[in-house]
This record gives sequence, structure tokens and C-alpha cells, in this order.
Amino acid sequence: MNVDVRYFASAREAVGREVERVELDDGATVAALREQLFDAHPALRALGGGLRFAVGTQFADGDVALDDGAEVALIPPVSGG
Amino acid sequence: MFEVVDRPIDADAVRRAVEGPANGAVVVFHGTVRDHTADRRVTHLEYEAFVPMAEAKLAEIGAEVRTRHGLSALACAHRVGRLAIGEAAVVVATSAPHRAAALDAVEDYVRRLKEDVPIWKKEHFEGGAVWIGTPEGPASKG
Repeated sequence: MNVDVRYFASAREAVGREVERVELDDGATVAALREQLFDAHPALRALGGGLRFAVGTQFADGDVALDDGAEVALIPPVSGG
Repeated sequence: MFEVVDRPIDADAVRRAVEGPANGAVVVFHGTVRDHTADRRVTHLEYEAFVPMAEAKLAEIGAEVRTRHGLSALACAHRVGRLAIGEAAVVVATSAPHRAAALDAVEDYVRRLKEDVPIWKKEHFEGGAVWIGTPEGPASKG
């Protein structure tokens, strides 16, 4: 299955692109996607534990299973206000 | 009103969104761009947002804070793009029958915004720029 990954701010600069389609095993979790992205883009690891994921517009923990076509966002530490 | 805008914030519109006859207090907070962080001279800031999620989170936290403090209403606009020193990055308005709730709620809301709303600030200074909140950059101090 495929998911669409969107990168923001420091994550976008680390990866060098805004969006990416990623192929995953059916039923893969957010944690599996994270490992795959860290392998593909080692610079993301430097962002460390502060990196969160969202599916649609909601934060998603590592154990959340992804659906085919899911829209996933990488959320580096936020700094609004 | 909970919105992310790419132009100067209309603070009067944010205030009007919380007005009502039951209010004894209306508080309007402007978070503005300052010209320094620690000992570094800041030239300007650049904000980026995941807009649909940011607007959803601004509203979600707004509902949470409104309930917790017994507010009449809460509204917020956050700006993205390039901001000059002195410009407002965020405007929050609260209203309540009594002032303590309206004042406390502003601090609560801004603190929650800084934790969970997907908006990022890049600080530009003489000789470089850094995303605030990342491991290589300074922590966000608002």
C-alpha cells in the first residue's frame, strides 16, 4: 500500500522535499513508517524524539495502523505563538 | 474564529468574535516579534503552518480552554509567512463574565498553542537562521 507523507519546517529541510509517496507493507503502523523514513532520510533522526506524526489532522502514536492512501504529516517540535 | 492567515492579523475582528452582552471582561493578547533572543539580534521571523491541522487544533484547544475557565468565548488568529519586528504573530481574544477567567485563559491558551499546534517559527538573524524548537536550535521561549 502507499501513503502520502508531508514534511514541514526542519523536517522538510532535512529531507529536501515537501511531499513523498511511500510504499509500505499492508497494515503497517506509524512506528514502521518512522523507521522506514529514518532509513531513507538519515537526517530526520537528528530531529530526535521531538518528532511527532499526524494522520489526517490528528496526532497519531506509533501503534496506529495506517490505511492505504493515508495522508501522514511529520510534525517537528512546534514553535508557534 | 480560529484561523491561520498569511497577511497582517485583523485584531479588531478577533475581538469582535468574542463580544457579547454577558461579558464583564474582554482580553485581547498580541504576541509580537521581538528583536532579540538571548544575546542574538533578530532581523525577522518566518512562520510556517500545517494549516488544516493548525486551525483544527486552535479550535480544539479553544473549546478545551473555554470550558476549563467558563469563558463566554475565545478566538484566535495566527499569522504565517515573513514577519517584521513588532508585528503580531498571534492574536488571542477571550471574554467572560469576570476578568480573572478571561485573563487566566489567555495564558493557558497560549501555553497549549505552543505545545500542540503545528506552527513553526524560523528565526533569522545576522549571519543565519534557525528553526526554533529543533535539537540544533534554541528551545521555544515564545
